[in-house]
Amino acid sequence: MTDRKQRLLPAVQKPARYTGGEWGEVQKNKDEIHIRVAFCFPDTYEIGMSNLGMRILYGVMNNQPDVWCERVFAPWGDMEAALRREALPLWALESQDPVKDFDMIAFTIGYEMAYSNVLNMLDLAGVPLHASERTGLKNIVFAGGVCTFNPEPLADFVDFFSLGEGEESTVEILDVYRRAKAEDWTKEWFLREVAKVPGVYVPSLYTPVYEPDGRLKEIIRVEGAPEIVTKRIVENLDEAYFPTKMLVPSTEIVHDRANLELFRGCIRGCRFCQAGFSCRPVRRKSPEVLYRQATELLEHSGNNEITLSSLSTSDYKDLRELTDALIPYCEAHKFSMSVPSLRADNFSRELMERVQAVRKSGLTFAPEAGTQRLRDVINKNLQEEEILSTCAIAFAGGWSHVKLYFMLGLPTETDEDVLGIAELVYKIIQLWKENGVNRKRGLSIRLATAYFVPKPHTPFQWEQQITPQEYLRRCKLLKEHLYSKCVEYDYHSPDLSRLEAVFARGDRRLGPVIEEAVRSGARLDGWDEYFRYDLWQEAFAKCGVDPNFYTVRGYGEEELLPWDMMDVGVSKAFLLRERRRAYESRVTPDCRHGCAGCGANCLLKEAGCDD
Amino acid sequence: MTRLLFEKTGKAVWISHLDLMRLFQRAFQRAGLPLTHTHGFNPRPSVSIALPMSVGVESGCELLDFALDGAAVPCEEIRDRLNAALVSGVRILRVYEDGQKLKNLAWLDCCLTLEYDHGVPPEAAGRLRALFSRPSLPVQKKSKNGVTEQDIIPLLKRVELEQAEENTLTLLARVRCQNPALNPMQLLAAVDRYQPELSPDFCRCRRVEVYDENGNVFR
Repeated sequence: MTDRKQRLLPAVQKPARYTGGEWGEVQKNKDEIHIRVAFCFPDTYEIGMSNLGMRILYGVMNNQPDVWCERVFAPWGDMEAALRREALPLWALESQDPVKDFDMIAFTIGYEMAYSNVLNMLDLAGVPLHASERTGLKNIVFAGGVCTFNPEPLADFVDFFSLGEGEESTVEILDVYRRAKAEDWTKEWFLREVAKVPGVYVPSLYTPVYEPDGRLKEIIRVEGAPEIVTKRIVENLDEAYFPTKMLVPSTEIVHDRANLELFRGCIRGCRFCQAGFSCRPVRRKSPEVLYRQATELLEHSGNNEITLSSLSTSDYKDLRELTDALIPYCEAHKFSMSVPSLRADNFSRELMERVQAVRKSGLTFAPEAGTQRLRDVINKNLQEEEILSTCAIAFAGGWSHVKLYFMLGLPTETDEDVLGIAELVYKIIQLWKENGVNRKRGLSIRLATAYFVPKPHTPFQWEQQITPQEYLRRCKLLKEHLYSKCVEYDYHSPDLSRLEAVFARGDRRLGPVIEEAVRSGARLDGWDEYFRYDLWQEAFAKCGVDPNFYTVRGYGEEELLPWDMMDVGVSKAFLLRERRRAYESRVTPDCRHGCAGCGANCLLKEAGCDD
Repeated sequence: MTRLLFEKTGKAVWISHLDLMRLFQRAFQRAGLPLTHTHGFNPRPSVSIALPMSVGVESGCELLDFALDGAAVPCEEIRDRLNAALVSGVRILRVYEDGQKLKNLAWLDCCLTLEYDHGVPPEAAGRLRALFSRPSLPVQKKSKNGVTEQDIIPLLKRVELEQAEENTLTLLARVRCQNPALNPMQLLAAVDRYQPELSPDFCRCRRVEVYDENGNVFR
């Protein structure tokens, strides 16, 4: 007879997401395992399997002979309904065992709007949501990922956070857990010990105290708990573990190709960008190691496409050397190579033509702001001439589609800046008229604006978010000034970005809000078909929390910030300096044109920054 | 053109037709067996599966046509190298240097396993035998153009019923698989429609063998 789990599969969309059994999946003998880790990604299989960080840590954990790390993803709505109807608990893919049977439950969280999925997955697993309700060593819940640079909104639910890159710290964490289990420690003892691993933050060792007006007054520490938790980095990426024997999904995922990471960190310093600051310092892999890893990835996986990934690929110092070696290899094997995140410089244009990664359809720019003044404020070092000259060359070469990404609501933004976007679009249309070769097919410009979300650990971490009404007014203003039929302008509703802003700079008082929203049905918030703003609004009201406190209020420079205890390497003094320069419309050169003294180099013990 | 016979069982039954094509393309690559590519704007490795199968259906008789680029490789070696590069549940049984024209593929033997959690209802086998002996048996069919009625009897060559265990009933049927094809799950739809009290709690489906118009095994 077919078991109950299997019987759910015919009725759900894309059932292969729930079965495991893919090429490269790790199977182990349970009898030889001391620590079982359920590694949860708080979104669907297609998104999670596209995440490189998860693939790396899956390999790191499974390289420990007595550890078996398995994958768990958020089920789609149809599967969730089936699980709840049949009262079946969420399971891990490899063994198909219930998550509640695992020693440790790990999450990697890269997006604030996945917080509801974290809670919902615990709930589907039948694991108590609150850390305080899980009393033993079983089901220790820990989390990492960029969102945990401000982990406070999840402090009620997660036992500890692992800040920064996990290649080394995860092994150290498993060592502590191994001892705890062997010696039958209490959970409290384990948490005290794991807090000694550099980069680990145990929220239960800290108690925030608030002022009557709601601002954070102080944080009381349990004796012995670290005053500052500094994120971890891997110094030598050439020697770090990289999963070249990649797991190959049997069903299509979002990034369905091999992914090779060139370097970490970013030299640019765009003032709105969290990754740009929190992933510093810049560390690269050598082209020799990258070439070897690329060939291994392609041969082991059977993929015929590889992406070279990083925050800004044009800034990889050895890009020419690497591509000179890789392009002939790919051509000989009929592999294709894609190189996203290129800047509009000459070498990149040449490279684009050589790899033909950009089919004649796609040319994407992210000027982020409509005027040079505002681009200087945000330190987005992209000149209008660069965009226009690249467009002119591309139009002459047969390209006819342009995508443009902007933000609205950036600090100091005025209507003039908003209209600057329309002017730039107009200039691109004029260029097309002068240079376009395929006039019959016509030009198509897809313009998108996002609602600016101030993020922790950036120079804009203190900024006010504009109100949703003001955001919509600016969208409409822009729309009224787009006259051409070839422009398609999409602006999303501000609801999601407003919530993202709340949670990005949130504190522990948001825990009950997330729980309330999830109890009333919030999950898969990143998906239009499931996002329910009304549930969140009700949850805020019910918990007596005002979202405006975290968004339009803005934070004072003297104010104690919920994430001040987390050190990502970049100093607060530097962020303040950058904030001042922003208000003076002064750009800060990239790291290679002069060190701005961000402080992240202090995380390096042996190598120099960007060597 | 080369043809191979493979089975699809276990977890692999949940892989869709399109995903299975992609899975084979990658397995060939991993096995060091480069495929020729289609000559299009977007060249694709040339593999094609004879009869696309619904998700969830098991099979012991799937046929896949492919063309290798470069020097010829012995059939047994292709089989072994591919099997070493395939996920569990997808297994090559045999590789053929050549094959009959796909248009001659006509009949499919399939086996439905009807699972009754509270035991097989009394007389079920006999009543179902009678059902499939009717002169006509229209069943709803969902297609791109909406729902239509399909009479399954002309597309059905024979039906055998057997009670294997206390809780399961197996239904063996030979159905037409091309021009037009009958999805074996339509037999279950007929049960649901005309004998709803015999509707099983769950039904598994397995393709057993394929034949030409004259009832000879097709390869």
